[in-house]
This record gives sequence, C-alpha cells and structure tokens, in this order.
Amino acid sequence: METTVSVLQEKRNVKMGIFFLAVSLAIVIFFALNTPVGLTTTFGLNPGAATNAPPLPDLTLPTMGTLWVLAFLAAFTGGWQLARGFKNLNVVLLFVVLLFVFAFMTWAARGKSMNLLGVISASLLRATPIAFGALSGILCERAGVINIAIEGMMLSGAMVSVLVASLFRNYDALNPTTGQPLFPDWFANIGRTLDMYNLSSAVPWYLLLGLLSGLIVGGLLAAFHAWLSIEFKVNQIISGTVINIFSMGITAFLSQRFLQPIQPLNSGGVFTALPIPILSSIPIIGPLLFENRFIVYVLFILVIAIHVMLFYTRWGLRTIAVGEHPKAADTLGVNVYRMRYINVILGGMIAGVGGAYFTIGSVGRFDENMTAGKGFIGLAAMIFGKWTPLGAFGSSLIFGFADALQQKLQIFASQVPIPSEFLLMAPYIITMVVLAGVIGRANPPAADGVPYEKD
Amino acid sequence: MTTDEKITPSQNGLSSIIKQTFDLVLIPFLAVVTALIIGGFIIVVTDAAVYTAFGEGGIGGGLAAIWTSVSVAYGSMFSGSLGSARDISESLVASTPYIFAGLAVAVGFRGGMFNIGVEGQLLLAVMASVYVGSNFSLPWIIHLPLTILAGMVAGAAWAALAGYLKAKTGAHEVINTIMMNYIVYLFSDWALNGFLCRTPCSSPVSPPVLESAFLPQFFYRLHFGFFLALIVAFAVWWLLFKTTIGFEIRTVGTNPNAARYGGIQTTKVMVLTMAISGALAGLAGASELLGVNRVLAAGFSSGYGFDAIALALLGRSHPLGVVLAALLFGTLRSGATRMQSLANIPTDIISIIQALVIVFIAAPAIIRWIYRIKAKGAEEGGGVMVQGWGS
Repeated sequence: METTVSVLQEKRNVKMGIFFLAVSLAIVIFFALNTPVGLTTTFGLNPGAATNAPPLPDLTLPTMGTLWVLAFLAAFTGGWQLARGFKNLNVVLLFVVLLFVFAFMTWAARGKSMNLLGVISASLLRATPIAFGALSGILCERAGVINIAIEGMMLSGAMVSVLVASLFRNYDALNPTTGQPLFPDWFANIGRTLDMYNLSSAVPWYLLLGLLSGLIVGGLLAAFHAWLSIEFKVNQIISGTVINIFSMGITAFLSQRFLQPIQPLNSGGVFTALPIPILSSIPIIGPLLFENRFIVYVLFILVIAIHVMLFYTRWGLRTIAVGEHPKAADTLGVNVYRMRYINVILGGMIAGVGGAYFTIGSVGRFDENMTAGKGFIGLAAMIFGKWTPLGAFGSSLIFGFADALQQKLQIFASQVPIPSEFLLMAPYIITMVVLAGVIGRANPPAADGVPYEKD
Repeated sequence: MTTDEKITPSQNGLSSIIKQTFDLVLIPFLAVVTALIIGGFIIVVTDAAVYTAFGEGGIGGGLAAIWTSVSVAYGSMFSGSLGSARDISESLVASTPYIFAGLAVAVGFRGGMFNIGVEGQLLLAVMASVYVGSNFSLPWIIHLPLTILAGMVAGAAWAALAGYLKAKTGAHEVINTIMMNYIVYLFSDWALNGFLCRTPCSSPVSPPVLESAFLPQFFYRLHFGFFLALIVAFAVWWLLFKTTIGFEIRTVGTNPNAARYGGIQTTKVMVLTMAISGALAGLAGASELLGVNRVLAAGFSSGYGFDAIALALLGRSHPLGVVLAALLFGTLRSGATRMQSLANIPTDIISIIQALVIVFIAAPAIIRWIYRIKAKGAEEGGGVMVQGWGS
C-alpha cells in the first residue's frame, strides 16, 4: 500500500515538473514572443481614491525583459523539481501560477499602465461576498449539513437589509402622490432620536439595523433548512433548492410590489470607507486592508474567529466530530442535533450578512436576483479551500481576483484577445478540477449530507 | 421506489386500485392545495388595499377585501390559463418544456443522480440547435430531426461529463452541474455576442431558425413538440420499467454497491443515466426553440431546470406523474402571466408556490400533521436518494 502511494507521489512530482516547464514555455510562446521590443509596462501602486498612506512611485518594467525573467524562473523551478524535487509542492505550485499570472498582466498591459494596487483592492471587494458564502458553507458542512442554499440566504439577506435600512434612513420620507408623510409619527420619532446618537458617518445606525436584519433573515432561513433536514431528514440538496427557489420568488415578488414602486423603501445608503488610524497609513498594506468598509472588517474578524473557534475550542472540535462521525460524537455525549442546528443557523446568519454586502455594502439598492450566483461561487471557494476558513478566504481572493482582472482587462481589450467571459469561468472550472482530484484531493467531512438517526 | 408496483392491479380488485391510487395522489394533491392557500395568504398580506379596507370598513370590509384580493388573483390565474381555447393552448405550450425537463430530473433521480444542471444542459442544447437550425439549408425531413438531435447530443454530452466525473472520481454531480450551469451561462453570453449572433450583430440575439426546422404550430401556438413530449414520456416509462437498461438504472439508483456486486457496470450506468437526463433537457430546449421562440436571445429559459426539480418530486419521478405535474405547472405559469396583467400580482408568486410544493412533497410529515392523516407503513420521499458530497 505504501509503495503505491509513493509511486503515485513520484508520478505527480514528475508531472508537476513538466507542468512548470510547460508554464515557462507558455510564457515564452504566448507572451514574450508576442511582444515588440522596447515596450514597458507600468504598474500603479497607489489605490485610485485618496488615502492616508504616502504615495508610492509607479513600477515601470521593460515588458519583454520581465517576461523572459519570469519564464526563466518558471523553467528553473521546473528543472529543480525534476532533478531534486520540492518538499512543499503546493506552495511551489502557487508560486509558478503567480509567475504566470504576473506574466499575463505584464503582457496584457504592454506599452500601457495598469493600476496593480487597484486590481488587488478590487479583488478584495469582489471576494467579500464570496468569502461570506464560503464561511457560511464551512460552518454548515463541518457539522455535516450540506448547504446549497447560501445563494438564497444571501439574496434574502440582501433584500431585507436594504429594506430595513431604507425604512429607518428615510423615516421622514413623503408619499410622492399625496405629499403626506409615508410613515407614522411615532416611527419618525424613533428615527429622529436615533439620529442623535449616531456613532460614525461611515457606520450609520440604520445600516447596522439593516445588517442585523439581514443576519436574522439568513438565520431564519437556515433554521428552516436545519428543521427540514434534521427533523424530517429531507434530502439536504432538495431542502437547499427549496430555499433558493423560495428566496428568488419572494424577493422578486416583494421587490416588484414594494421596493420598485416606493423608492424610499429601496435606498438604504451604503457603508463608506472607515480608515483605521495609524494602520491605514502604512504603504500598500494600509490602503488595502485598513481602509475598508465596516462590512469588510466584519469579514476579516469572522475569518480569524471561525478559524480559531473551529480548530482550538471545544465547540469547534465538537462541530468537526459531529460532521465526521456523528455516532461516535453522540456516544461521547455530544448532542448531534443541537450542534447541527446551532451551526446551520450560525452559517445562515453569516450568509445573510454576506447578502447585505450586495445592497448596503456596495450599491444601497436591491435589484432582482442581484447575487447572480455568488453564493454558489462561495460554495466553490469552500471546496477549493478544503473546508477551512483561511483556505476558503484565500480561494475567495483568487476568485475575486479573476473577477477584478477581467474587469480591468476590458481597458486593454484591443491588445488582449481573451473574452472576459472565459476569465469569469475560472472559479467554476477550478472547482471542477479540484473536485476531480487533479490537484490535491478535496475531502468533505465524512458525514456531510447524511442525516443522523439516533438508535 | 415502488410507485409502478402500486399502480399494477393486485388481486383485490377495482376498489383496491382506486384506494391505492387515492393514497398515491393524496399527499401531492394536498401539497398543491396547501401551497396555493399559503400563496393566497402572501397575496393578501402584501396587498395594501386590504389594510386600507380594514381601516375604513372595519372587520366586515376587511374580510370582503381579502376575498376580493384572493379571488381576483386566482380567478384571473385560472381564467387566464383555462378560460378559452386559446388560453388552454397556451397552457399546453407552457407545459411542453416542463414535461421534458421534469423527465430529465426524474430519470436522474431514478438512477441516483441529482441533475441540478438541467438549466445549463438546456441552454447548451438550444445553442447547438439554433446553430444547426439556422446555418444549414436542408429539406425539413432531414433538417428538423437533425436540429433536434443536435440539441439532444449537446445536452447529453454536457450532462454525461458530470456523470463520468462522478463515476470515476467521486466528484459530486450536484456541485459539478451547478458549476457547469454557470460555465454555460458565460459561454452563451460570449457566443451570443460572437459566432451565434445574427449579422450584423447589434444585440445578443441569434439568427432565426430556418422554416425547415420548425416544429409546426397547429392550434394557436400549440406545436408538435407537445405530442413529442407525450411520446417521449411513454418511451421513458418503457425504458425505465420494461428494459434491462432501465432495471440497471433503477438498481444503481437504489443501491450502487449492491448493483456493483450484482455485476452491473455502475460507471457505464451512471454516465448513461446522466446522458439520458441531459438528452431530455436538450429536448426541452430544442422543442421550445423550434416550436415557440425560433430564435435564441438572452433570458431564453425562465428557470425550467429548477422548476423541473419540483416537477420530478411532485410526479414522484414517475413519467405519468411528471406529465401531470407539468400540465399543472404549465397551467399555473401561463395563468400567472394573466394574473400579473389583471391583478397586478408579480408572476414570481408561482416560484413561491413551487418552493412550498417541494417542501410538502419532500417532508410529507408536515402535510400529514396539518390534515391529521395517518402514515401508512414506510412513506417514501419520492424516489430521492440520501447521500453526501463524498463517495
């Protein structure tokens, strides 16, 4: 048995070496040989908006020279891999892929300038809802409940959070036809009172209420999912599909009935950037990490908190036990049903907050089906991140980067003959490749999706 | 799943058959009725006129307003779908893709595969069909079958890939077909602005299908795709319950390990199940294209692939049940359009009702609890397997 494993390992090592060489060759053929001599690529290192950090000079590179250096690095890595072999192959793989991506960007922006920091910070923004979805999935699936309803929970969270935020923000709105106040006096008075105690203009109270309501709605839908799949042992994929269809229907229904005709119900405002003192003036890191919207900080905290809680606390270890071997956990006195309920509901709450990102986190308005499959990409990020919070966050960043890059590349459309749709396919294709076990096996929790029956 | 055996007459005679049939349809019937009632409740509580009436006319006026609200809504829905010959034809038109798509999911369920990718397979099939249908000039006797076949093959191949990955690597078909849906969406976005776009390409719309590939319409907009759907439903029934392949599919669906020990090539059967499912999804797209739209534009499918899951569950994965469920949902869908224009109620109420129907079918205990029906033996959830992501 052991010999087969090592033979397999050997084969994969050789394959990887060849793959690295192929990457090097690809950089040469597709990029380096396609570049006229004498062009330079400029990478901007300052975010587009004003920032606390001191400005940095742009990075100007000779396009062709850079490409040859990158190709050489990839070739060298490949040669080393074939001759000696690396210990931590996944890290090396990531390095080579990064070389390729950087080569691609250098080539795409040949003779022009690309704001590198802008792309990276856009990646983070686009990764945010994906990461919320992935974290939601992790909590559920680690406890053994499949949750493909993340998309639906996000959609509902998106609508309800903007609805609640709008109600409280526009408490003194007038009815456009009658000219009378839209809401009763006592309600407007609550709004006026709370206005006086507003903490920060970047985090207004009505948006916090919106966020809270998104959280509650996500939790309620998740409770329903848990009830169906734990109490009635309904197939969890069906139960998730129900929530997706229901959310799509009810949000579109309510949106057409109320949010579209009555504008004060669909303009909730947005969280604006909240720079953290001192930290935000660090070059590069400051504008990237410490000059974000409130909801992005929530994500950072959640990633770290879930990582710590899942792997270092009693609750987390019990969750994992329930997801891997519920019978053993039950024998040791863990209440399997209770753990599953708690985790699924917590997961739903996270999805609801992630949904709020779409509305009060970015545009302040609800549009039908505006999550557009981000919940499913979150599921993909969870798988690619092997059911760990840090891995899922990293995967979300990669998927967010693909999204941000295709957006950016549209400026260079004349010299990059790659349709943006194909870059947008990357998350889905990567997930399928990972699931098929081509690069490292993705193993879900053993009891994932299996209802637990007490004897 | 023993639905087919329940339908088979036993020695107890006619009254027993009636009773068995009654038991079989009781839960689905109550599920639909309950979902419609809850849908009515949602219509009422979101109707501003009802609140005004309670304010001005007291309890009596309020109750009257509730009655008006619901009766106008459902009244316009049913008159809009069944009120005239034309309306009935529209309902049948709407049912046609549902029959195919419902069968696609049902075949998957029978074989233990949850094909959530019908939507993507359907779209890919439409792209293949529209390409063949608009680019080749052939006599209709060749062109029409060829165009339909192109769709079936595209759908089958795309779905078979998910089946193959499941059989060979254990990658779960649900996650793969979801991913594949989005790949197709993006691909079609690109294609409709590229090689599938009509010349000159001003908006993402394909050239029209040539007349030689039309499924002819004969009763208002009702086209021959409807009869094709009924024939295919019969063929699926025959395949599933009267052939060796069908037996193998059902065995793998019930217990893949037992099937393997019994000498069935499970890999082959899994791929085949998905291929058949995908081909049916392709037929749903092709018939809608060649019979009704005759052109591919963005938003071609109104979510047939997801509605199909409800249909397969409601029809208990039996072809006859799927046809009946499809007729019901086709009627609701086409009536909902009228309801939107007359009663100003968004058609999305149908999605809500659909979701509720799935809940009640998948968890019949809720229906039994509401109506105080005693469970008879081991109730099945409609031929749906229980399995996780892994293995």
